[in-house]
Amino acid sequence: MRKTEIYNMKSPYREDLKISGYSFGHGRKSACIVGSIRGNEVQQLYVCSQIVRKLEELEAANAITADREILVVPSVNHHAMNIGKRFWPVDNTDINRMFPGYDLGETTQRIAAGVFEKVKDYDYGIQFASFYMPGDFIPHVRMMDTGKQNTSLAGLFGLPYVVVRKPKPIDTTTLNYNWQIWDTNAFSLYTMETDFIDEVSARQAVSAVLRFLTRMGILKYNSHNGYISTVIGEEELTSVRTSCGGIYRRLCHPGDEVHMGMPLAEIVHPYEGNVISTVLSPTEGIVFFTHKKPLVTENEVIFKIIRRLHE
Amino acid sequence: MIETVVSMELPVDEKLTIRKNRIMPTHPSGEEKRIAIVTGTHGDELEGQFVCYELLRRLKAEPGYLKGIVDVYPALNPLGIDSITRGIPMFDLDMNRIFPGNEEGPMMESMVYRLTEDLKGADLCVDIHASNIFLMELPQVRINELTAETLVPLARKINVDFVWVHASATVLESTLAYSLNCVGTPTLVVEMGVGMRITKTYGYQLVEGILNVMKEMGVWEGSVGEVRTPVVSTDREVGYLNADSAGIYVPKIKIGEQVEKGALLGEILNPLTGDVEQAVTAPISGLVFTRREYPVVYSGSLLGRILGGVEK
Repeated sequence: MRKTEIYNMKSPYREDLKISGYSFGHGRKSACIVGSIRGNEVQQLYVCSQIVRKLEELEAANAITADREILVVPSVNHHAMNIGKRFWPVDNTDINRMFPGYDLGETTQRIAAGVFEKVKDYDYGIQFASFYMPGDFIPHVRMMDTGKQNTSLAGLFGLPYVVVRKPKPIDTTTLNYNWQIWDTNAFSLYTMETDFIDEVSARQAVSAVLRFLTRMGILKYNSHNGYISTVIGEEELTSVRTSCGGIYRRLCHPGDEVHMGMPLAEIVHPYEGNVISTVLSPTEGIVFFTHKKPLVTENEVIFKIIRRLHE
Repeated sequence: MIETVVSMELPVDEKLTIRKNRIMPTHPSGEEKRIAIVTGTHGDELEGQFVCYELLRRLKAEPGYLKGIVDVYPALNPLGIDSITRGIPMFDLDMNRIFPGNEEGPMMESMVYRLTEDLKGADLCVDIHASNIFLMELPQVRINELTAETLVPLARKINVDFVWVHASATVLESTLAYSLNCVGTPTLVVEMGVGMRITKTYGYQLVEGILNVMKEMGVWEGSVGEVRTPVVSTDREVGYLNADSAGIYVPKIKIGEQVEKGALLGEILNPLTGDVEQAVTAPISGLVFTRREYPVVYSGSLLGRILGGVEK
């Protein structure tokens, strides 16, 4: 294991922002794994730390294939994480909306450019990401539909689902999108949590990465085969909305099978405590996403359901 | 008449409501042109607040001169303005990156969809911004090169100091202006002043310009003051100043000054050591149209922009 400096930026008074990378094996740039790019992505940091620990053991046991190099970057924006912010602390810009970056541009463009210079040119890019809608997902691999995506490869992680998203203009500046444009096969892995650590899904994520690296011939490792992934387009998910604001009581969880008309959640009057709305499932299927926070607004998407899919 | 454009319930005893004030001519014919003035997408940009007030004051003072419909939307992001937040509180994405919205999307995207629908069909929309809390901007109109042919003639009449025709970028395709221009609603983006402050002189200047454009469109028949002719630039003529060091930036020039290449524009200071970390000099000769106001800088922080090739 070799610890290297990926990028360094001076602060007026804080210590330098030092972005570190951990390299394993030597030779062809085979796989790059990036953890937390936003300051609240604690689960993503934790998963990467566990991958580093495991890869260190595997490297010591000569389990990394010859002429294969793996780079892990556990954290990019710990300047935000250390002070409880999600985005770059000075101007609140999102580093994951700045790729491929610009080394003569604004601060977060420079950080993105410095990181991208080191993480590009790998065969496979794996990012532990978080979604702009806060909530709980079924663990899955997410890919951008750039025309270069390969869902068959994504299935080799052995997670239950592979989701393909048609990119919106704002997605064109994410790491995942730019990896693909620069000919890296890019995958974003979503586990159950972001701000808190969920050990079960963290272990599942570590296993998924080791399984993928093994199947791509980068690691020599025996692991369970995992799932045969179901591939879904994001637009195929049915969104379920609230009809009013209030206190949210979740009745179903990601992975639950639901049928049409089944209560998914209740909205409770914030002063009087009575149920003012019961949110019913408009379809049968598997719950893919649920809102998690205790409050909801009117017209909020609180569930996404994979239509007509059964356990 | 004050109208609700879109409204959604928040969790506890409050609604998020986007409103507009529609000013009608005294004797409407049903064939009037409509102009929309929108601002407050970013909750820390307040220059447009004074423009909305002053424009409405002028229109109400001489109602007989109004020959078209004026819709004023002072706060597209009311939660942001009232809580001193640039973005939409509790929402990750910049409001000006989710247009034209999505009827079936999350709450804010569905609100933006309804807002876009309300703005569509206007004969002109003016979207007023105030940079951010870091930078002061000379009054300017920014135009995507794809829409320059239609918009530059309008921008010349709106009494700004210059018109910046910039290159197209995919990420900007989700702005309000891009979305409206795409559906045939001509939309000018005005940038002026600085975040969290009001520069009254710029406000008066833009109101005069809006009235001038209204007059050209046949929407206003009242008096209009003197209107300046802007310089029209392209991307190639703009010089950027980005910090190469971290520290405290103290500018030595004023916005609107002409500078020569190599002139000292400011210094990045180290208050702990008493040293100058970087002497910042002009990369090209020209007009300083952007100046950093917020002193704390990192490497990359934008310190200013210079419009080259402008005669003294």
